[in-house]
Amino acid sequence: MSGDLTYVTDVMRASQGKWSETRTSPPITETDVRRWAIATFYPEKPPRIYWDPEYAATTRWGGIVAPPDFNPFAWSFDRGPSARLSMRGQRADGSAVTGMNGGQTDTYGVPMRPGDTITERSRLIGWWEQEGRLGHTLFVRSEIEWRNQDDEHVRTRLSIGVRF
Amino acid sequence: MSVRFDDIQVGDRLPEWSRKTSFPEWNRYAAVNHEFVPFHMDDDAGRAAGNPKGAFGMGNLRYAYIVNALRDWIGDEGIVREAGCQHRVLNCKDDVLTVVGEVTEKVIEDGEQRVRLEINVVNQDGVRTCPGHAVVVLP
Repeated sequence: MSGDLTYVTDVMRASQGKWSETRTSPPITETDVRRWAIATFYPEKPPRIYWDPEYAATTRWGGIVAPPDFNPFAWSFDRGPSARLSMRGQRADGSAVTGMNGGQTDTYGVPMRPGDTITERSRLIGWWEQEGRLGHTLFVRSEIEWRNQDDEHVRTRLSIGVRF
Repeated sequence: MSVRFDDIQVGDRLPEWSRKTSFPEWNRYAAVNHEFVPFHMDDDAGRAAGNPKGAFGMGNLRYAYIVNALRDWIGDEGIVREAGCQHRVLNCKDDVLTVVGEVTEKVIEDGEQRVRLEINVVNQDGVRTCPGHAVVVLP
């Protein structure tokens, strides 16, 4: 760090370690899953487990499942943890910082399926700041947990957000 | 066609999985992930965010490539139990990203036959952009 320069806010300090309110996704549809798979496998055709219900019924899953990285919150009105002030940081003059994805580790439980609704909670774990190629930079560590409508674990993400 | 736990050895390599990336890939991902961030869509915005080459791709799409490479390798009977990466180098327009990986450990844990891999995503210049790891469960 250079001097007292910090992008850490009082909101971040107050929320560290505390789980957020939950939010719940709209029900996942076959179309959501198919489009996601087409986009992430483009220009190749994605595996049939993601779009062919007759084939998927013959697999161990008994039906279509979503790719592990599928985001059921993509088109929610609530933009989620990364948009919250508690996760963002701020310049001393109150102006916004630029945010980028620094990386993540996901641990997966049961797969997501059409018809599922996913409930999310998140918390800010901690942060560090350093001078880098982009100038003063804040790294924010957070945890995001997903469970389905049967309270089964779907995914835990440990994420690093980069703010500069 | 799934690979099987008994057929895997430490040191085995993940089949290479490649995509050329630019606006056709990024725009499709923006559409499904509602990720309409200016520096992924506009060269001036990309330069303003610190990339002299202009717009750059989503870290989450590069992560999807890792997960997809694992899926194509293990087939529908396998499970991706864990995957992680660090986005160290930006994905610029027309980069060819190749997911590479090597088996580092085989273990039976929690009743599952698990294979651990070191993963990276290498661009067309041989730059290792995205060090990571994965754990898959195999039949």
